[in-house]
Amino acid sequence: LPGAKSTVAGATTMEKITEYKDATSYNNFYEFGTGKEDPAQNAHTLKTKPWTVEVEGLVKKPAKYTLEDLLKLSPQEERIYRLRCVEGWSMVIPWVGYSMSKLIEKVEPQGNAKFVEFVTLADKATMPYVGSRVLDWPYVEGLRMDEAMHPLTLLSFGMYGEVLPNQNGAPVRLVVPWKYGFKSAKSLVKIRFTDKEPRTAWNKAASHEYGFYSNVNPNVDHPRWSQATERRIGEDGLFAKKRKTLMFNGYEQQVGQLYAGMDLKKNY
Amino acid sequence: MKPAKALLHPAAKPVLFALCLLPFAWLVFGIFADKLGANPAEYLERSTGDWTLRFLCITLAVTPLRVMANLPPLARFRRMLGLFTYFYVVLHFLCYAWFDMGFDWAETAKDIAKRPFILVGFAAFLLLTPLAATSFNRAVKALGAKRWQALHKLVYVIAGLGILHFFWMRAGKNNFAEVFVYAAILGVLLGWRLVRRLRTPVKGPAFP
Repeated sequence: LPGAKSTVAGATTMEKITEYKDATSYNNFYEFGTGKEDPAQNAHTLKTKPWTVEVEGLVKKPAKYTLEDLLKLSPQEERIYRLRCVEGWSMVIPWVGYSMSKLIEKVEPQGNAKFVEFVTLADKATMPYVGSRVLDWPYVEGLRMDEAMHPLTLLSFGMYGEVLPNQNGAPVRLVVPWKYGFKSAKSLVKIRFTDKEPRTAWNKAASHEYGFYSNVNPNVDHPRWSQATERRIGEDGLFAKKRKTLMFNGYEQQVGQLYAGMDLKKNY
Repeated sequence: MKPAKALLHPAAKPVLFALCLLPFAWLVFGIFADKLGANPAEYLERSTGDWTLRFLCITLAVTPLRVMANLPPLARFRRMLGLFTYFYVVLHFLCYAWFDMGFDWAETAKDIAKRPFILVGFAAFLLLTPLAATSFNRAVKALGAKRWQALHKLVYVIAGLGILHFFWMRAGKNNFAEVFVYAAILGVLLGWRLVRRLRTPVKGPAFP
């Protein structure tokens, strides 16, 4: 899946890209198990064809898109983003996709649409751990409308020039580079526009640990560990000091204004 | 060879010693052969924690097994297993202090004080230290059997703290299956002791 170089500001970091092997074997995708290696082992059962994404809620043009429709909706771009997991590790991944705003503009949100909810697939037949008590299924994520419209927010279909491997959220996922990785929902089946803040999966599971915003922020610790530093997978050796985590994962210049005046300690 | 005889064999202790070192050997090999996955630091931290809990269970299983299987020679191995529990908890702590905190002791102290789940694990580690330190014959003699036994009852507190540490670590992900397995094993091992104690007639003036 080829993607042209993106012209969006901040969309192409020059940092060393994480090895494909690491990016596709060290994943959190709890529908396929809670271990980091589980998704790579178990996700082969995921059926990505045929695939449809339903767009509904407070929009003028609700629609059911097939994957083929979505792929053609806007030119594919390559975006090389930092990915910072809430667990304290990070990668650099070349995604392929286009800004979520392209799709949003197509469906014409109504004036009272303030949030976008992303619902992911929860199919017990192909996802062995759906039904486990770890999370409330389906996995739901959400963004404020201005966050969803930000050009860096990516609707992604591929990585490393290929279509997404199943364990990385095939066939279509969200990528929000300035937020902790779990905000970037995988294997999307529904996009819903609402006037209320969506109840997201991790927020429901542990609201004191995972807030709705979950912006990467070195100054606000997770209750069980510090978020000030991170380990870059495959690069920072075992005995190397961990690197400093950047505000908004280094995208402060691009997204800082979205949160002007907000108390980020309260809105974690 | 009968089991009791095998347990008394001169090679039994060295063999057990080597077996107990296998997890450690695997981790060291894994580091150099790059076999610990994409995040070796996390692998080492989790694995040394797992092995600490496993050795704690094994150590506490020695006495029930000895009594139930009527294998008195099993008692010979209890100390070594207990010390291996301590060996793995030291590694566990070092992994945290090294990989997470970069051996910055001021930061480490702050981090321990700030995070209940780490504090609880650290407390268990601290409490285990006097037990390891008094595991030698001379220490047992110096303390006297009664005081030594009283001190080593701390292991029940340590087991509780260890489980709480693990429970808390998993709490954010509601992923308790393994925690419950360890809690159940430790519960059975401790419960067995409690039942035995209640059943043993209190020693006192014997009735005629």
